[in-house]
Amino acid sequence: MVTDTTTGAAGDKIRCDACPVMCYIKSGAAGACDRYANHDGKLVRVDPHIVLERTVSHGGRVVPFQATGDWDGKIVRQPDIVVTAIGAGTTYPDYKPAPFIVSSEIDGVDMVTVVTEGIFSYCGVKVKIDTDRYLGAETAIVRAQGEAVGHVTTSEYGSQMLSLGGVHHLTGGSKKEGRVTCDTLMDLSNCKPVELKVDGGATVIVEAGRPPIVNGVTEERMRVGCGSATIGMFAKQWHGKVDEVVVVDDHITGVLSEHQAGKLLDIADTGIKMKGRRSTPGRYFQVAEPGTGWGGTNISDPLAILGPFDAREARPGMTMLMVSTTGDHASYYVLDQALRPIEKEMPRDLKSSVERIQENCEPALCTVLFMAGAGGSLRAGVTDNPVRLTRSVKDALTRVTSGGAPVYVWPGGGITFMVDVTQMPAGAFGYVPTPALVAPIEFTLRLSDYGALGGHMDYVRPLTSLRNSAEIRPMPYLPGRRA
Amino acid sequence: MRRLPQIKLLPDGRRLHLNDGPIDLIVEANGNGADVRAAYAAAARRFDGLLDELCAELAELRKAAHPVHCHLKGVVARRMHAAVAPFARNWFITPMAAVAGSVAEEILGAMLGVAQMRRAYVNNGGDIALHLEGGQQFCIGLIDRPDQLGIMHTLMVDAAHLSRGIATSGRHGRSFSLGIADAVTVLAKTAAQADAAATIIGNAVDLPGHPAIVRRPANELQPDSDLGSRLVTCEVGRLSDGEVMQALSGGEGVARNLLAAGLIDGAALRLSGEILVVGTYDQRAHHERELETA
Repeated sequence: MVTDTTTGAAGDKIRCDACPVMCYIKSGAAGACDRYANHDGKLVRVDPHIVLERTVSHGGRVVPFQATGDWDGKIVRQPDIVVTAIGAGTTYPDYKPAPFIVSSEIDGVDMVTVVTEGIFSYCGVKVKIDTDRYLGAETAIVRAQGEAVGHVTTSEYGSQMLSLGGVHHLTGGSKKEGRVTCDTLMDLSNCKPVELKVDGGATVIVEAGRPPIVNGVTEERMRVGCGSATIGMFAKQWHGKVDEVVVVDDHITGVLSEHQAGKLLDIADTGIKMKGRRSTPGRYFQVAEPGTGWGGTNISDPLAILGPFDAREARPGMTMLMVSTTGDHASYYVLDQALRPIEKEMPRDLKSSVERIQENCEPALCTVLFMAGAGGSLRAGVTDNPVRLTRSVKDALTRVTSGGAPVYVWPGGGITFMVDVTQMPAGAFGYVPTPALVAPIEFTLRLSDYGALGGHMDYVRPLTSLRNSAEIRPMPYLPGRRA
Repeated sequence: MRRLPQIKLLPDGRRLHLNDGPIDLIVEANGNGADVRAAYAAAARRFDGLLDELCAELAELRKAAHPVHCHLKGVVARRMHAAVAPFARNWFITPMAAVAGSVAEEILGAMLGVAQMRRAYVNNGGDIALHLEGGQQFCIGLIDRPDQLGIMHTLMVDAAHLSRGIATSGRHGRSFSLGIADAVTVLAKTAAQADAAATIIGNAVDLPGHPAIVRRPANELQPDSDLGSRLVTCEVGRLSDGEVMQALSGGEGVARNLLAAGLIDGAALRLSGEILVVGTYDQRAHHERELETA
């Protein structure tokens, strides 16, 4: 169901004119038909999410399809058309959330009744947060609305990883924990922002495809590396073009002439004198306080982190580049007769090295991978012999997608997959009160293979029969989504 | 541009699908080919314009029903009122409580007016009108959980029974419920009566004031809900076995009264995996297929 019963009124209600019922629909809710909803004041079509299992068992269409004629073996013939499981049940609503469904195919029974939906109890999200800020210790509990919804896992390059959800939080804890976990997973999967608090750590607002907001501060870019790493990466490009380079960084400020990378290139000492605490040669901690200035420090004039040049090494006319780890800030200096650095216009080849640093700083993002396992019963909705579906997925005869997005299927038993939620159409995820998440999943395979693994051949329809009817509809893509 | 209802056969070539706005019907008729075609044509004709007919009186249909007087004009609207009127003295109920069953009956009636059929049904999102000739029967399955393919219970309705309507009400459906039942399935003489009775029994499965039950005013969720500011069930937390039985027995009491009054033929009440059956219709447990769960 798309009716949101958890959030308060936000925004204005709108009147739907799709049919004479003319429902007033409040923001975030759906009309009487469950097909049209108010999304931020805009009327959108939001068909309920129907899983393959129910779709197939009640006259399904989310089975393999053929475009026209013989299939050439490609996964999807036309790259622009993917039949997804989202809303798969709407046009033939005998498998809507209807309590009774006529389906004489099941056990010689004419009518079956559906009172609840149960989909992915075994599911969660893996969140990658591009930030070097401290979010919390490994295994620290991550909370949403005060409830434990997951934990901090490993740090990765430039990022912190969180593991959220899973069956223990969904159904193993208190009812509230399960509900909050379910809401959190669904919001994250639907690319909505969620505030997470790490025990003993930071508060971070996570939204798939958007920069993280850590303790109220939005991350802009992933720096290319710390100041020291930046020296290491660019030393060769600077060699011969400038006498000294300082990469200003709140964490580790790097100095080319003293750094191992500079030594290897036989770069001469420059008599530079850094403030801060020296760690190893050419690497300095705490050159300034953290802030929003150069390289995450509080300084606006980078010369503030330098002492006077040592007259024994330095000479007038020596050149120096100062640059931040993201390349956002950069200045070029020449020492005057008194060995004072005087800012000058930066030579062209140094400018391009700064641009290269910028280019290597990717935007800091939160990424959310939804991970779930398709159980035996879901697979039984596809074929009479569920394990054969698993085997055909492992043998790469069957391609699995989620809302049309590619998935990574884990090796080993079962069909456990991961999908980047930003690749999926808007509103692809729903939930059931179990609590469990409802997500689309499609299996695409050769018709002959489908028959061989015990597929429900009676329900296979050609793709053309979908294209030429009113059933194909544009899925609502929301801003910020990638198609 | 005139809005057209969606009318087409399902891919099995047997069943007819009719959709217009919130109305969604699955129709099947069994009989000789000409009769079935005539019946489907009649269903489609009657369906066209039916929603507009109802919407013309929507404001009135959303008001609490009077136990005796009815100012409604449309034949479906009047059937809705007639179905809820027996409950209107003791409970708050609007004719909308019987809209699905009344529409199903109307379409079935149009089919029966033009064709001979061995059996037929019109399924309006779970509220079903049945037609059975002598010797014919319908087997109705109740699935507890769709992620487990097994059928939990089956009900047999044959021509000898007088029941021609089945309806289910509960908090997982498209309508709001004042109660907490997962589902209340009712068998009655007509689909409209079953629809109204299922609503009343579903409302009676309740634990008033229980802290684990989250309720919100209906009009906060749907501004034009016929339930106005009455609290509808949004969420049911963990209940003890005793509480489940207590809630079910509240519904059971109402169901037994309705049974005694001849308003229903039977009812199955479900809450948190428990099922309670009132009435005498054929009901047998079905072997669930053992399947690992997702």
